[in-house]
Amino acid sequence: MSYLIQQTLIYAVPLMIVALAGVFAERSGIINLALEGIMIFGAFIGVLFVHLCQKYGVFQLLPNFGNWGTMQLFELLGMLISALLGSVFALLLAFAAIHLKADQTITGTSLNMLAPALVLFFVRIIANQEELRLYKGDAAEWFMIKKGMLGLGNADNFLVNTFLNKVYIATFVCILVFVLCSILLYKTRFGLRLRSCGENPQAAASLGINVFKMRYSGVLISGALAGMGGFVYALTTSNCMSNGDVAGFGFLALAVMIFGNWKPLNIVLAALLFGLFKCLAAGYSSIDINGDGVKLLFELSKHPTWGKVLNPNLYRMLPYLISILVLTFTSKKSRAPKAEGIPYDKGMR
Amino acid sequence: MKYFLKKDGVRTAIATLLSIIIGLIAGAVIILIVGLADKNLGIKEAWKGIRLIFLGLFSNGYQNGRLVFGFNSTNIGDMLFRAVPIIMTGLSVSLAYKTGLFNIGASGQYLAGTTAALFIALKVPTTPQTAWLVWILAFLGGVLAGALWGAITAMLKAFLNINEVLACIMTNWLAANIVTWLFEGSGLQCTDGNKQQVIWKTMHNGVGTWRMGLDKLFPGSQQVNGGIIIAIIIAIVVYIILTKTTFGFELKACGANRHSARYAGIKDKRSIVLSMALAGALAGAGAALYYLSGTTEFHWQTYLKLPGEGFTGIAVALLGACNPIGNIFTGMFLSTLDVAGTKLSFLTEYNEYITDVIIAVIVYLSAFSLLIKMWIGKLSKAGEEKRERKATAAAAAGNKAPVPPMTEGKEGKA
Repeated sequence: MSYLIQQTLIYAVPLMIVALAGVFAERSGIINLALEGIMIFGAFIGVLFVHLCQKYGVFQLLPNFGNWGTMQLFELLGMLISALLGSVFALLLAFAAIHLKADQTITGTSLNMLAPALVLFFVRIIANQEELRLYKGDAAEWFMIKKGMLGLGNADNFLVNTFLNKVYIATFVCILVFVLCSILLYKTRFGLRLRSCGENPQAAASLGINVFKMRYSGVLISGALAGMGGFVYALTTSNCMSNGDVAGFGFLALAVMIFGNWKPLNIVLAALLFGLFKCLAAGYSSIDINGDGVKLLFELSKHPTWGKVLNPNLYRMLPYLISILVLTFTSKKSRAPKAEGIPYDKGMR
Repeated sequence: MKYFLKKDGVRTAIATLLSIIIGLIAGAVIILIVGLADKNLGIKEAWKGIRLIFLGLFSNGYQNGRLVFGFNSTNIGDMLFRAVPIIMTGLSVSLAYKTGLFNIGASGQYLAGTTAALFIALKVPTTPQTAWLVWILAFLGGVLAGALWGAITAMLKAFLNINEVLACIMTNWLAANIVTWLFEGSGLQCTDGNKQQVIWKTMHNGVGTWRMGLDKLFPGSQQVNGGIIIAIIIAIVVYIILTKTTFGFELKACGANRHSARYAGIKDKRSIVLSMALAGALAGAGAALYYLSGTTEFHWQTYLKLPGEGFTGIAVALLGACNPIGNIFTGMFLSTLDVAGTKLSFLTEYNEYITDVIIAVIVYLSAFSLLIKMWIGKLSKAGEEKRERKATAAAAAGNKAPVPPMTEGKEGKA
């Protein structure tokens, strides 16, 4: 059970932070279809940062190298840098969509093509293969928090096993960032102004709000969150490896955002649902639902008749099938920001 | 000259050319920067890379340690072959775009076409006499499968009101998983050596596209075949359908404004489904032409990555201003880049992904090609009065007045 919860969280947390990235852009009036691309780019930057730090022995320079706390610091630094560079990458979208009034769907698609191409180009040059891994060791060895480190080695209760054993600090930081950003968007003056630009930019402008500035901040925050989400995804699910691909995660985040109706609390629930299905696909063979040692899903996939249907192929499809289903039911009453996708034109009313 | 710049078609062509040049320069700059930054590469390697980006099609490899360039029939043949699938996916995206839909789903439709074509071509037993029949069957199967997949996506939009971009993306990944599933138990995996991850070439069953004499024209190319001729014919047919028939007009009217089209008596939902089905059929046909060549391998574990042809199709379409005839040329241009990429990774320390970067930059630029067009229009602003006088004279003579220059309000909603 605790394995199931942990795995679900591992998938749900990047989803929800990237979905929130989508919310920031759309609430300011820009459709950010490039979430996938920004994630790929952010993942690459984060992994590259850790890789280079290892290569040039930056880790060893610290006074207490090897201490797990120091390693957490590096992980956070990696997240920060991927967030920053994610913003820079999103600047391409912001510039085209806000200043040049370009078609946002096409711009987003082009960035989704650009990111994997750039990443693979550099990965091949740096690593001489199709994927960039850590310079030495793996993510679990370097960054994972185990209960022994916290002095809880003997504790064997559910909470400790689930939330304090074999976890990454990134997961918790993301949850914190999610909460803070939601407050920023919904409870502050800045957030109100940003949202007004996504609903009726002309009215906002008439009240003295700088629509360009607000939309830029929306897209840049979006880029930062998506870039960070990309690195967290690479760190927690693919062992800190970058290969120019996040398996459609950015698009799933878009679906989560729409399912969540552009509201943080609903997004959390939607992300958990999608995370659960993603986790089924990835770890169906080792999920023990009721703790009796029988791995039901794994047994079923080996079953002569049931196995024809209930196999990994189906589990991998589930998130996408569910998104279509969910979009079917929610698309009628979904409340997208009114001005999203429409370039701001001062003269229009 | 000034009047020449006023024509919309000319401005589109110039904007396209500008996008291409900027894209190529962006690629060259990246190569240069990487070359200067990396001690193992250096300026010499960078100079090789830059020349290959621009002249890859004419590369004849090394001679005495130096790159030599010249006519190379192998490269041109390969270029023509690789142009086939992307011309077709380009047509798919163009047709959808003309009818108001953005088809990111070409990848999924392409996969559907691939699967149907390969299954038919490899499962139906052939003799040398019946192979051509199986080829036609497999091609039609690919077309139908693509059309079906496109129609499913369109129904999600028409009847369930799901945004077509999201519907396309989700159905893409669904297709990617279904295809893996289908091939997993198909028994069609190649058993030659350690090539478990690819499907047999269709030549395994004696099925392959006719060469139509092109292998004589471009000796040395193992791949070139009649597919390119079929693709060009299809492009012309699509052009005729879109511009000369009532059906095409209905599709376009529905794309321009769904509600007013319905008011005019056009069945809008039917139009959406039909145009997406047609788009899917084109993508499926592209896949069939590519894999039925008999010389191409298909990596069946597609759930990890969508085929790039679908996205390159977007570039082909946008670069050709969604004109079916234009797509033939832009498709060939992008496959030229593809050949250049192969040369780049074969002859230098760089790799072929730089061409994807260039393509992405070109798509990025084409998103605001309207702005570039306006900018070109401004260049011709001088001498406006003179032209206006001419125009009034022409109008008085009963001719049409020239199209007024684009104004800012016009590009509002995309």
